[in-house]
Amino acid sequence: MNYWKILSNGLFKENPVFVLMLGMCPTLGVTTSAINGLGMGLATTFVLLLSNVAISLVANLIPDKIRIPGYIVIIATVVTIMELCMAAYLPSLHESLGIFIPLIVVNCIVLGRAEAFAAKNKPLPSLFDGLGMGLGFTLGLTLLGSVREILGSGKLFNITLYDESHGILVFVLAPGAFIVLGYLIAIINKIKKTL
Amino acid sequence: MEYILIFITAVFVNNIVLAQFLGICPFLGVSKSVPTALGMTGAVTFVIVLSTLVTFIIQKTVLDPLGIAFMQTITFILVIAALVQMVEIILKKASPSLYQALGVFLPLITTNCCVLGVAIMVIQKDYNLLQSVVFAASTALGFGLALTIFAGIREQLALTRVPQGLQGPAISLITAGLLAMAFMGFSGVV
Repeated sequence: MNYWKILSNGLFKENPVFVLMLGMCPTLGVTTSAINGLGMGLATTFVLLLSNVAISLVANLIPDKIRIPGYIVIIATVVTIMELCMAAYLPSLHESLGIFIPLIVVNCIVLGRAEAFAAKNKPLPSLFDGLGMGLGFTLGLTLLGSVREILGSGKLFNITLYDESHGILVFVLAPGAFIVLGYLIAIINKIKKTL
Repeated sequence: MEYILIFITAVFVNNIVLAQFLGICPFLGVSKSVPTALGMTGAVTFVIVLSTLVTFIIQKTVLDPLGIAFMQTITFILVIAALVQMVEIILKKASPSLYQALGVFLPLITTNCCVLGVAIMVIQKDYNLLQSVVFAASTALGFGLALTIFAGIREQLALTRVPQGLQGPAISLITAGLLAMAFMGFSGVV
């Protein structure tokens, strides 16, 4: 099995944000700035990595009928570990991501990969699949966060690019999230067609 | 008065889908026609109110007294998953016609983040039991409102000619953005 292929599959070919359109809630909810997008992406990557490995190890032991609740308990445990660590070491990020951290449990991408990949594969490929999908998710969130931050408040990663009073406030607010993601997907569709 | 305020805030001002971004997956997924949107709303309302009630009681009687509030996420998601399964089994026996109507949507609700979101939010906001139930019901109604309006728009959208690159999810997201902008008009109400 080619590990690079698994990794790039999550990053580009089946990018969770732009192609699979999974995990839309945190994608739209936390990307008011590039930092938040990056933080959320990395948190989800961590959860995906651990839950994919754990599930691929125990998949054969769980009876088929109760596999979904089983997976959810494993994922919820990983999320709780991650949340406690984040609250201890990165309190400001924990504050700004708020309710979206416990909601990683119900992020479709995590359960989706558990069901579609980890349950059928060995731990090592599952690790790379989790890493690829997580980084693809991070890439999408950071891109969306950057565009919104630049247009909305004239900054990128908190570095001022132009005066904040010229920023278009709506891009930081709720409607901006939908509109920017809509156009990003349209641009990516266009690039894919021309390639 | 207080309950009316909670109601208006949850339905219009802080609409769960358009202002707080919870429950986007069903919002984009099952909003292709008005009847399916209404079916989904019915199922979600039922589950949100019931699960908020149960998780609230568990939080106050089990998690808080024992000092294990960090188990919140795991407990709540298990309760919700079990509840959805139970509702499905009961409906199948008690009201086959309703089960037929809601059937497809029920399993989807476990991973609908607005159910877990509302359960956690009422704890964070420190509501009492009645306030929690009112908040849960109004949030579900707000979800239904956004879903139904969006389904109506999408029925029209299917008949219009859209530029090639924007077809599919792109135009849906931009439409949702405009809808969210309309809901921003309510932000001064409360």
